[in-house]
Amino acid sequence: MALLEARGLRVDIPLAGGTLHAVRGIDFSVEKGETLCIVGESGCGKSLTSLALMNLLPRKARRSAERLNFAGIDLQALSERDYARLRGNRMAMIFQEPMTSLNPSYTVGDQLTEALLTHKGVSHREARERAVYLLERVGITAAASRLGQYPHQLSGGLRQRVMIAMSLMCGPELIIADEPTTALDVTIQAQILHLLAELQREFGMALVLITHDLGVVARIAHKVAVMYAGQVVEAGSTEAIFAAPQHPYTLGLMECIPVPGRTERGGRLGSIPGIVPSLVGEMRHCAFRGRCPFADTPCAEDPGLRETSGGHSYRCHFRPEERRVTAELEASA
Amino acid sequence: MSAPPVLELKGVSKTFMVSPGFFKPRRPLRAVDDVSLTLGRGEVLGLVGESGCGKSTLAKMLLGLLPPSRGEVLVDGEPLTGADRKAVARRIQPVFQDPYSSLNPRKSIGDIVSLPLRVHRVGDPREWKKRTEEMLDLVGLPRRVAGSYPSQLSGGQRQRVAIARALIMRPEVVICDEPTSALDVSVQSQILNLLLDLRRELGLTYLLISHNLAVVEHIATRVAVMYLGRIVEEAETGDLFERPRHPYTEALLKSVLTPEPGLGVPDTHLGLAYPNPIDPPSGCAFHPRCPKAEAVCSERRPDTRRDERGRIECHLYPAVAAAAE
Repeated sequence: MALLEARGLRVDIPLAGGTLHAVRGIDFSVEKGETLCIVGESGCGKSLTSLALMNLLPRKARRSAERLNFAGIDLQALSERDYARLRGNRMAMIFQEPMTSLNPSYTVGDQLTEALLTHKGVSHREARERAVYLLERVGITAAASRLGQYPHQLSGGLRQRVMIAMSLMCGPELIIADEPTTALDVTIQAQILHLLAELQREFGMALVLITHDLGVVARIAHKVAVMYAGQVVEAGSTEAIFAAPQHPYTLGLMECIPVPGRTERGGRLGSIPGIVPSLVGEMRHCAFRGRCPFADTPCAEDPGLRETSGGHSYRCHFRPEERRVTAELEASA
Repeated sequence: MSAPPVLELKGVSKTFMVSPGFFKPRRPLRAVDDVSLTLGRGEVLGLVGESGCGKSTLAKMLLGLLPPSRGEVLVDGEPLTGADRKAVARRIQPVFQDPYSSLNPRKSIGDIVSLPLRVHRVGDPREWKKRTEEMLDLVGLPRRVAGSYPSQLSGGQRQRVAIARALIMRPEVVICDEPTSALDVSVQSQILNLLLDLRRELGLTYLLISHNLAVVEHIATRVAVMYLGRIVEEAETGDLFERPRHPYTEALLKSVLTPEPGLGVPDTHLGLAYPNPIDPPSGCAFHPRCPKAEAVCSERRPDTRRDERGRIECHLYPAVAAAAE
């Protein structure tokens, strides 16, 4: 049985002008020790998905699902108090902005040990020992002396490492990381991802990584879910998705990024013209229709997921060989 | 170098006096340390390095927003220091990272794009309108957005507005400071395509500051690598990416995550933190993180070697007496 399983997960936000369907019925699962990357651009619903898993959605947002299980627990049936027992304990989250997600008025030591003291009832000394051990594991030197420091005394890279150490304090089975390296330099990004992969192997954690960076996805994910306009438009193993992307959006994304040694220097990059559709109100048509060069009559209906071999699936009415260019779209976003 | 330099830096340094903590005496922080660079007409020079290496300080000095502590910035051979700010702004214009905060939210797009014309008292309202429309056409925005406000536009559209504003005075040099890092991947590619088209059409010269090496590789013709205020390596783009010489450049290139599954995440062996610029390491500033460091690296700063491939500052590549300046 999968460690984390979501079926038909939805997030709806009631607004003055109607309901914003930010996440529109997505399915995914993660096994123990596995990394799932959820990839997509701003506004696709990937961050709300991670918050929905942790039950940390904004107050107005409503979460619903056909099934939402973690380690055999039905997350939808949990009381807020039981959820709090899980959060930071068996499932932990690493946020994007270490600057704003650490409390500036508490020391690093206080914040690191809080979860362990709350959940496991250990002594302060034991908690501090574990904190020092984990800070060292995430590559922070003079770890013991860091416990007395405040977040503002640390650089961005160090703060993000503190966040990672904090998420590991209780030895969680699942870590959800929302753009954990986006704000960092490439060198620090490589180190932090290296570390996450190493810790994952060592502790057998499952990792759900939310990112917009296909480079990160290719290097760290076992499985990928590509999100667009609140839906998973393509899902499969990392190898399958990068070797043979099927959805026009995934294909478009891959052509947008310059790859040293592969794209012609100074040549034109691909682009995805147009903008993301509004998710307020019901949408019947394929969400990508307005930006898709292959859009045709059937696209007025939302396509279901189409399976190919090996668990690879995508949401399009056409197989790649059936598509023909119907529109010359102008790039102006 | 065949093309005459549009922009030249001669031994430019910038030192800030900063306090390392409450009640502690202020100490000098050398953000930019003796940097010499030239930008030939039509070139795209990529400037790369980690946060805190002095890239943005350098850009501010080029724009005349910060006076250098030492050295000279020359525009077409004339010193920029002491020159009229407005005269400089006609020739060098910036495009900043964040199109959300670099456009005045209370001004219409038409006002924003035409502001440089009004500041420089060029033409009359009719001409302002005409040239604004030309610029919007040039950057691929519909003319009707002239009446819109920044909040009504997407990130990519705003960055196009910022580019239109930078180009309306027909500058020779555009300083692009992380022009695409706040944008989504699909929008980034459109802005990069636009920058490349504009360079071809208008013969622009760019200084591209970015930490995204894939972007730099794609549009720069030459790349300078900066570490702790100094240019440690400079070479033609292809050369630098295929045969990096400085161990720091190597580490930077290694940490680029290309979308190739199966390769895993590289271990850069860079060790931990970036050094504190207020307490720079002795000798070669990179030696504490360098996998190839030897005894000499902590004792003496390497000389700059200039050769047919560009320049390098590393003890592995000792300066040749004849090639020295």
